[in-house]
Amino acid sequence: MEHIRTTKVEQVKLLDRFSTSNKSLTGTLYLTATHLLFIDSHQKETWILHHHIALVEKLALTTSGCPLVIQCKNFRTVHFIVPRERDCHDIYNSLLQLSKQAKYEDLYAFSYNPKQNDSERLRGWQLVDLAEEYKRMGVPNSNWQLSDANRDYKICETYPRELYVPRIASKPIIVGSSKFRSKGRFPVLSYYHQNKEAAICRCSQPLSGFSARCLEDEHLLQAISKANPANRYMYVMDTRPRHRMQSWWATQKDIGRIILNAMANRAAGKGYENEDNYSNIRFQFVGIENIHVMRSSLQKLLEVNGTKGLSVSDFYSGLENAGWLRHIKAVMDAAIFLAKAIMVENASVLVHCSDGWDRTSQVCSLGSLLLDPYYRTIRGFMVLIEKDWISFGHKYSERCGHLDGDPKEVSPVFTQFLECVWHLTEQFPQAFEFNEAFLLQIHEHIHSCQFGNFIGNCQKEREELKLKEKTYSLWPFLLDDQEKYVNPLYSSTSQKPAVLEPNTVAFHFKFWRNMYHQFDRTLHPRQSVFNIIMNMNEQNKQLQKDVKDLES
Amino acid sequence: MYPFFYRPMFEVIEDGWHSFLPEQEFELYSSATSEWRLSYVNKEFAVCPSYPPIVIVPKAIDDEALRKVATFRHGGRFPVLSYYHKKNGMVIMRSGQPLTGTNGRRCKEDEKLINATLRAGKRGYIIDTRPLNVAQQARAKGGGFEQEAHYPQWRRIHKSIERYHILQESLIKLVEACNDQTHNMDRWLSRLEASNWLTHIKEILTTACLAAQCLDREGASILIHGTEGTDSTLQVTSLAQIILEPRSRTIRGFEALIEREWLQAGHPFQQRCAQSAYCNSKQKWESPVFLLFLDSVWQILRQFPCSFEFNENLLIMLFEHAYASQFGTFLGNNESERCKLKLQQKTMSLWSWVNRPSELSKFTNPLFEANNLVIWPSVAPQSLQLWEGIFLRWNRSSKYLDEAYEEMVNIIEYNKELQAKVNILRRQLAELETEDGMQESP
Repeated sequence: MEHIRTTKVEQVKLLDRFSTSNKSLTGTLYLTATHLLFIDSHQKETWILHHHIALVEKLALTTSGCPLVIQCKNFRTVHFIVPRERDCHDIYNSLLQLSKQAKYEDLYAFSYNPKQNDSERLRGWQLVDLAEEYKRMGVPNSNWQLSDANRDYKICETYPRELYVPRIASKPIIVGSSKFRSKGRFPVLSYYHQNKEAAICRCSQPLSGFSARCLEDEHLLQAISKANPANRYMYVMDTRPRHRMQSWWATQKDIGRIILNAMANRAAGKGYENEDNYSNIRFQFVGIENIHVMRSSLQKLLEVNGTKGLSVSDFYSGLENAGWLRHIKAVMDAAIFLAKAIMVENASVLVHCSDGWDRTSQVCSLGSLLLDPYYRTIRGFMVLIEKDWISFGHKYSERCGHLDGDPKEVSPVFTQFLECVWHLTEQFPQAFEFNEAFLLQIHEHIHSCQFGNFIGNCQKEREELKLKEKTYSLWPFLLDDQEKYVNPLYSSTSQKPAVLEPNTVAFHFKFWRNMYHQFDRTLHPRQSVFNIIMNMNEQNKQLQKDVKDLES
Repeated sequence: MYPFFYRPMFEVIEDGWHSFLPEQEFELYSSATSEWRLSYVNKEFAVCPSYPPIVIVPKAIDDEALRKVATFRHGGRFPVLSYYHKKNGMVIMRSGQPLTGTNGRRCKEDEKLINATLRAGKRGYIIDTRPLNVAQQARAKGGGFEQEAHYPQWRRIHKSIERYHILQESLIKLVEACNDQTHNMDRWLSRLEASNWLTHIKEILTTACLAAQCLDREGASILIHGTEGTDSTLQVTSLAQIILEPRSRTIRGFEALIEREWLQAGHPFQQRCAQSAYCNSKQKWESPVFLLFLDSVWQILRQFPCSFEFNENLLIMLFEHAYASQFGTFLGNNESERCKLKLQQKTMSLWSWVNRPSELSKFTNPLFEANNLVIWPSVAPQSLQLWEGIFLRWNRSSKYLDEAYEEMVNIIEYNKELQAKVNILRRQLAELETEDGMQESP
């Protein structure tokens, strides 16, 4: 609390930036250890978590007072007018401190107390069991086994302890390959498709210089290929753009094989597998831009959204200029290629980017979602995130800026994944057990640091921080509120497709207003069809009970 | 033409030609106010060829005055009542542009007519759908705008709604962009933006909101006109009524609105919807004015999904029939032409078909809950959307969307069923209890 000089300021105005009548609400602003709270004259409360604050700005003094603009990571923007400059300055400084924590232990998760006992807390953490998930997929089996090579994080610190590899891959092969891959992230199983006996594997880029080759790595890829009895060849999907200026989009119809010019690419200095050394491998580049491009793209999008008096022209040219939807489509196209490779060609696919924890996570998890209806259930989705994002070391704390770290590591990679899922729910409204509110709530909590799931950057770090003993898991919290997140139109039995085949012609991608303007009430339909149908569904259940009671 | 040969295969329960007669519509107002009257001055279409035979004018103004005013307004379209706002007695009137010309001509009867709608000491607004410079240039051709000196009680506001070939080109560009089916996101967004379609929608909706605000929030009457008063004027008056009046959002109310504000008001359908909407040959008067109106209604419908008795299908159906139809409703450019063509006798009315219960069920919105609200749409670009039901209709699969809609309808109907069952059971239970009660007491 030592950062807080002023805990309460009265007569503060909250501006509504989209209101046509320039209305503002007057109320009192409170500063607590964890939140900023504004209570207006109608007793309506607006809570803002300090962790959510991305940017605080003090604007030039005006006749009505001192403007304070707060932009949050969940895309809420609030515009306060504080009557006295001194108060404004105090709040501004306090918020600057409170929104940037130096150590993990200062994060909300370590002080959040939902009044549960230790066994309840532990049970919450055990709700999602990845070993169960691998079993459900059908591993271990005759072709795939659990490896103990990384049992103590000796081979790769950012991978989980439990890794599945081809049965014929011996430990020396694994160790050799890990030395040849960036950050030791050698190829491992992400998803196993039982019917097709094909696998999605993931890794990082090979550290190939101009002439380096690694026999163990080649053997590991061979092993992956052999672990698929149905097909002689496998794909290696490099999710990075081939050139800096040119990206490659896989079209829906073209599941083709791109045989890359190994010499040209090696000369370019990037880490690509040299095709000459890897037989039976087909290479596919699906150009998804890097984290810096994505960060900048989102920034531009938010600038467009925040423009006052935005014209239709400026909105669409702003959207085009930001390139955000283009990136979303690139991720989606990559996932579609992945799904098609497995379903149509029965081929296994190895996915990598540079470090194998950003674009690789996006493509593997989205691809699995297209293939497996389980991941479209509420539980299944939680499992998917735990597996392909959390356990495989997506650097949540750095990407979300939980601590006052390197701003260049911040990037909306997971946000993009959630948006891709949202686009799928729009094209296939009955295929998902969960609704948009579920996605928004998860997004809320990757930034809130209220729960331990997304704190830290890899499993090893989370164990070191003792998160399971000191913090709570998000998943039971969401499951308790399940009724809010259920899709009333979900049909688990009827002709909904098992494998989703989205259409990615450009006009299918819309601007996700409910995410990027979540808190700008005036922009949205005043009556939410979804909420009405959800309530009706609930009502129906209640009415059914009533009927039964009355009949007896 | 087809409508003259079409013989309906269904039983005509209600003759749509007589569903929305002006006298009946006027009844709805005359109960609330005595300041207005029906005038038959145009019954031979001699005073204004594009007006219907019966119009609503201020009681204080006689037919002779109307004849004079008609000479001062473009196309003879003197100011008439479009809408009466029961809440506060304010009105929307519409007309053609005043023919002030370069000489600053004035017409005392015109001034008297519109001033008759003002309460003592109150001001009105004139919404000119043309930008100021366009209105000024119109003087060179004999047209113009109401000058402050002659209309001191009226404040003029200029808007910027496009017309004619600009709209047609906008539509053509949009359709081409939609048919492109490109995988290049930048190309799609840039073509969508270049078509300017949604910009037009925004401008029309903004003007309609402005008109509605004048009536509902400012408590002032308004006069709306553009150049001829047959295009942007009608878009604004009809949309303003959708915003202000819940009746316009019912199926019959909406049909009546189209009859009044588009068909009888003389929107030249024959000229504007001559060819198919996707035709490239440059017809001079071809313009998707009505489609823009329907799209604007759709935007509001999407923002207030429970406030409309009809659904998107009705709007799509009207769009189709405006261009090509087996019914006579949209034939001709105004009532005069329709009379000459003897459409009432020789063709079937669209409304006869639509209002049959079996058809109505397709157009009814299952989420509708009647309310008395004035509904204010958001016109921010983020709130407006491409009308996929029209523009992407043949370019994308709607299978999953249709199934989801069916499921939604099922949930709502099941809900109604259960509610009814519960009510019956509750009543039975109550009856049983009273019987028991009666049996127990000696």
